[in-house]
Amino acid sequence: MTDQVPPPNSYRSLPDERGHFGEFGGRYVAETLMPLILDLEKEYRAAKVDPAFQAEFDDLLEHYVGRPSPLYYAERLTEEVRKDAPQDKGAQIWFKRDELNHTGAHKINNCIGQILLAKRMGKTRIIAETGAGQHGVATATVAARFGLPCVIYMGARDIERQQPNVFRMKLLGAEVVPVTSGAKTLKDAMNEGLRDWVANVHDTFYIIGTAAGPHPYPELVRDFQSVIGTEARAQLLDRVGRLPDLLVAAIGGGSNAIGLFHPFLDDPDVKMLGVEAAGEGLGKRHAASLAGGNPGVLHGNKTYLLQDEDGQIAEAHSISAGLDYPGIGPEHAWLKESGRVDYSSVTDTEALDAFQLLCRTEGIIPALEPSHAISAVTRRAVDMDRDQIILANLCGRGDKDIFTVAEALGVEM
Amino acid sequence: MNRLSATFEACRTQGRATLVAFVTGGDPSPANTGDILDALVEGGADVIELGMPFTDPMADGPSIQEANLRSLGAGTTTADLFDIAGDFRERHPSIALVLMGYANPMIRRGPQWFAERCVEAGVDGVICVDIPAEEDEALGPALREQDVAMIRLATPTTNADRLPAVLDGASGFLYYVSVAGITGKQQAAQDSIEAAVARLKAQTNLPVAVGFGVRTPEQAADIARVADGVVVGSAIVELIGEHGKDAPGPVRDYIGTLSDAISTARTAKG
Ligand SMILES: Cc1ncc(COP(=O)(O)O)c(C=O)c1O
Repeated sequence: MTDQVPPPNSYRSLPDERGHFGEFGGRYVAETLMPLILDLEKEYRAAKVDPAFQAEFDDLLEHYVGRPSPLYYAERLTEEVRKDAPQDKGAQIWFKRDELNHTGAHKINNCIGQILLAKRMGKTRIIAETGAGQHGVATATVAARFGLPCVIYMGARDIERQQPNVFRMKLLGAEVVPVTSGAKTLKDAMNEGLRDWVANVHDTFYIIGTAAGPHPYPELVRDFQSVIGTEARAQLLDRVGRLPDLLVAAIGGGSNAIGLFHPFLDDPDVKMLGVEAAGEGLGKRHAASLAGGNPGVLHGNKTYLLQDEDGQIAEAHSISAGLDYPGIGPEHAWLKESGRVDYSSVTDTEALDAFQLLCRTEGIIPALEPSHAISAVTRRAVDMDRDQIILANLCGRGDKDIFTVAEALGVEM
Repeated sequence: MNRLSATFEACRTQGRATLVAFVTGGDPSPANTGDILDALVEGGADVIELGMPFTDPMADGPSIQEANLRSLGAGTTTADLFDIAGDFRERHPSIALVLMGYANPMIRRGPQWFAERCVEAGVDGVICVDIPAEEDEALGPALREQDVAMIRLATPTTNADRLPAVLDGASGFLYYVSVAGITGKQQAAQDSIEAAVARLKAQTNLPVAVGFGVRTPEQAADIARVADGVVVGSAIVELIGEHGKDAPGPVRDYIGTLSDAISTARTAKG
């Protein structure tokens, strides 16, 4: 978390006091939840300036999660990319290794922060939604660590394609509830999480897994995930004495991306690229809400959504369960409109290629989510000078995805 | 006086509560909704709540979720919904009609567009589940501009601090959601309903209607003794789920039992 006062004209001063990022964000929830959300906001404001809260957060990140995560120069990947680049081109590729965190992704950073808030508010039951299962595993992990009962809502379709994570959650003592409504993926799991929450507001804390949902979630998730960018900034300055030229991160709801980007937003020379999932291609089934959506209201916030002309929400598609969501966090919607961050997209096939490329060149099996970022990195690097630096977020490891990848590659396991 | 206020006033004069009946528009198909709405009126409903189907009805339990899916599965569009409303208005010039649903379909083409269609179709008020007082700007000003009521919800978690904000800009009636939860089977205790209605009525002159979990004539009568209105939804929607296009008969009979219970509730020994 960072609590310095941002300079005037800062890109880091939002949301406003009503939780809006320009026209995006807000608190579009049922009245039943409103008092609780106002309470959460009050409690978060108090926690943010409480040195004891910050100290406990930092301590758990260091000794339980394993932070700081390394900053790694991917020399062989850089060389590989330079083979296809014009002479003198081919930027240096660096990774923030958040896949080395306990539980294997960045999701745990946010879960540590939120469970401390739950404890502070005296809540005794934890619920969460999950797509890839990474956030579900991270939530089940912190619930076990703090001795709280935990219910995870997961789309029935995601349960099928992320079996290892389902078993992990169960080992950690969580109850995994299959959601069979709608497309049976992340969006429907979130609906079910909200339904549980309205019925159990008195004792339940909802740990939302991405930088979306009603205010103050997008803000607090961002703040907890900003440890990624804050560390990376200091590490790179320490190692090479300068800031990166380009930051790249994959976007589902946008939490790992905003966590990397936010501490750099007021560094005008640092460009940023968020990578959405283009699925089968933008003309077909995909999950790129900025590229193919329009502003609307879902799950407590106003943001870009995949939807039809009547405002019915479309089903997203991505090979990566963690990116398979028809919306995006409201701060990204605003950063896109403000022009500060660029957004592009990568297809299932391109992500699979990047997945294999990283395995072979660096001996790292990435999750399918950051494989989207890696694909975009290789595309950008060839046009950039050799002394330029791309810093990408390697936000998850690929153990959970090997079955999906095997199937996509036609390999029988 | 608009139809909503006139309806609550007329019922009050008759010494009874107003019966508010909810169905999801376009369930089982847009062509069937007109007959079902007529059945509600014939059975004795005073106010019709026409649900706008949405892909993600996150405040609804399984019955109404399924109704939303049936409606969307039958291809119901926003245009169909306003056609259903407009046709209803032609057949029933004086029955109050309210649209209920979620923000996204309502604001998709802009709040002004939505408010103007409401006026054209003779819609008297709008209940939006996920636009709380704090986000009123997204829809409230456009509705008020067109004299369409913005009906607000109060819940068991709406504390005294918040109530003034909830009431500010509210019109038509105040909808008291008697359980903290989703629509469906759960029912609140009668004494908690009574206390809540008294608390709300101390703060507003708007009629207070109570809903969520009301299904039997006895429950309806109990609420009718203490509140200005009784809202019934899931129980009707389940009949439609069961009988499909043959639902008008059973729906009319069922509403009749509620209406009878309500009309004698305040005179009968409770
Ligand atoms: C490894 C990994 N990366 C990225 C995401 C996408 O989420 P976000 O955009 O919030 O970082 C997920 C979600 O499950 C994930 O597991």
